Amino acid sequence: MDTTLGMSTAVDDNLTLPPATDTAAAPRIDCRNIKVFYGETEAIHDVSMAFPDRAVTALIGPSGCGKSTFLRCLNRMNDTIENCRVEGEILMDGENINDADVDPVLLRSRVGMVFQKPNPFPKSIYDNIAYGPRIHGLANGREDLDAIVEKSLRRAGLWDEVKDRLAAPGTGLSGGQQQRLCIARAIAVQPEVILMDEPCSALDPIATARIEELIDELRNRYCIVIVTHSMQQAARVSQRTAFFHLGNLVELGDTSQIFTNPREKRTEDYITGRFG
Amino acid sequence: MLQQLGQLPMGWLLIALIAVFGSAAFFLGRMRAEQLLETSTGRMHSRPNYHGYYVAMFTVVPVVLIAVAYAIFAEDLMRSQLTRELPSSFDRLSPAELQSYLESVRMAAGTAATSGADRVFQAITNRYLELRGVMNTATLALLGLLAAGGIFWSQRRLSQNFRARAVVENGMELVLFLCAGVAIATTAGIVVSLLYESLQFFQVVSVWDFLTGTRWNAQTNAEFGALPLFFGTFMIALIAMLVAAPIGLFSAIFLSEYASPKARGWIKPILEILAGIPTVVYGFFALLVVAPAIRQMAVWFNESVIQMGLASEPILAAQPTSALAAGLVMGIMVIPFVSSLSDDVINAVPQTLRDAAYALGATKSETVKQVVVPAALPGIIAALLLAVSRAIGETMIVVMAAGKSARISMDPTSDLTTITVQIVSLMTGETGFDDPKTLSAFALGLVLFIVTLIFNIVALRVVKKYREKYE
Repeated sequence: MDTTLGMSTAVDDNLTLPPATDTAAAPRIDCRNIKVFYGETEAIHDVSMAFPDRAVTALIGPSGCGKSTFLRCLNRMNDTIENCRVEGEILMDGENINDADVDPVLLRSRVGMVFQKPNPFPKSIYDNIAYGPRIHGLANGREDLDAIVEKSLRRAGLWDEVKDRLAAPGTGLSGGQQQRLCIARAIAVQPEVILMDEPCSALDPIATARIEELIDELRNRYCIVIVTHSMQQAARVSQRTAFFHLGNLVELGDTSQIFTNPREKRTEDYITGRFG
Repeated sequence: MLQQLGQLPMGWLLIALIAVFGSAAFFLGRMRAEQLLETSTGRMHSRPNYHGYYVAMFTVVPVVLIAVAYAIFAEDLMRSQLTRELPSSFDRLSPAELQSYLESVRMAAGTAATSGADRVFQAITNRYLELRGVMNTATLALLGLLAAGGIFWSQRRLSQNFRARAVVENGMELVLFLCAGVAIATTAGIVVSLLYESLQFFQVVSVWDFLTGTRWNAQTNAEFGALPLFFGTFMIALIAMLVAAPIGLFSAIFLSEYASPKARGWIKPILEILAGIPTVVYGFFALLVVAPAIRQMAVWFNESVIQMGLASEPILAAQPTSALAAGLVMGIMVIPFVSSLSDDVINAVPQTLRDAAYALGATKSETVKQVVVPAALPGIIAALLLAVSRAIGETMIVVMAAGKSARISMDPTSDLTTITVQIVSLMTGETGFDDPKTLSAFALGLVLFIVTLIFNIVALRVVKKYREKYE
């Protein structure tokens, strides 16, 4: 807890990062007036928030509050859902990703995603990682691909466990290993942002601790957005926290501030376990 | 008197008696239970209705058994008794002739048809009726006795704590089990009769000659080399699968991955209608539309090739019925089998796998090609195998459009014959069961059965394995 708090002080209220990083001045993703509709129902009401680079932002809130829906706006995964409509601007590098001329396929290669349940392809461990680089033509030849696979697995902290059985099916790994495989698979495409939708909810505490460590390491390279039901997890891994309730963004701030000194009554009630 | 009893409509009578005894037993049982309910203190173990069902069960079951026994054995018993009493002049008749004579007796019994016939026939008919009268009386008496006994005995067992519901539940289970058993017993019966007749055939023709012989002429020359039939069957099934596999698979992919729910709601039922068209309709479509068109194209091809100087004589056989015509139409017929099953297995691929691919920036077609179809592949293969076994066993289309020449020819425009076509032509018209010609049909049927069984078993195994993986 102490270390988390210590790190979070590095991020001030204006979302700027320490000058050590080049892109620190502007947030990685800037969402303005986002509304999401399922048919006629408005699931997200006019949410504006920014995600700093090289930091973990946690989205917390009770079930059905729209945090996963909001997360899926960031790589336009909501496009794959029938009758789901997103309004508002989501700026990445000054470009609105909801523009008609933005190719969601390219966008998703820049914004990786890890899901609630580990979902490795029913292919070998190697092919799971190599899938993204192959479809995007990121590797020049076999050796290059081997290098990408190794680097991704190393970054996901899985290399030592699987290096001798890369040809074994990915579905044969344990739940925690599968989830790290999925993280490695997302990293292999060289994204700038990684979205995680409750990545530990299907895992045991030990596997969860392993993933949390990994998230903390990945923070040095990527902008990470994580949806979580566990407030302890949000407190442990994130620097910024956003509390959602009934499709509204109730409060956004440094994790330390949200958990020690929330400004909103509803936030306080939620984190102290009075509802949700 | 006995003769009149012999003319009782036993079928209707038995059904009526079962209904009457059954409902009487039910109401009696329920009444008894209600009486018990009034006189007893506290609750009864089972509701009055269950007591009613209980009594009805023990009344109806013996009656039904007697009725079934009557249906199975009565005629044979009467005939054997009648045969024993026949005058010695009948001894020279062969068993088959005797049976057909007795059959004419049965048909004539109790009708006006006997009045013009000879005296012997009249006497035998009357005797037959008398025997039947005895049989009917005995059956009805036994039946009444058993029903009354059933009611009496089961009524006496009713009491406040009698577990009628448990007995009835067990009885239901037994009934359901017997129904399931009927299907299995029928299959077993078919297999046994196929095996029995085939063994008789294989005493005349060796298995080896049958399976590897290349000359088939069962009708006239008693040549039983079935290889051309196997060849024709597989050739036509192959053509059918070349049509059905891609079209069926692609339409399944379209339906499950691309079509909007609205389009899917339209297209899927239409595809399934294809499966409901009687095969004889496909048959004359093949014969009247497809076969002439293919013949025309083949003729045109032959002429062009000769004109261009590439050949000096026609290359294609261009016959009015052809393997290609039958195969193409059969392919259309099995499309719904492929598409419907493949659609199911593609839908069973978890959405999370598609999400994973999309989130990596895969396009829709990449996702389908590299993730969804490989994940569904075992199920798709199973669908194809089931379609193959359906194509191999299909009869009507090939009877009408494939022709009857048993030959081995790679030319799809020539006419070929299949196992099923030969079975049809061997079993229609005059047949005798001691003739190898007829028996060969059973041997062909056995081969067909074994081949399709293997395909089905493999397909079901693959499907099962695949289900275990995702559920």
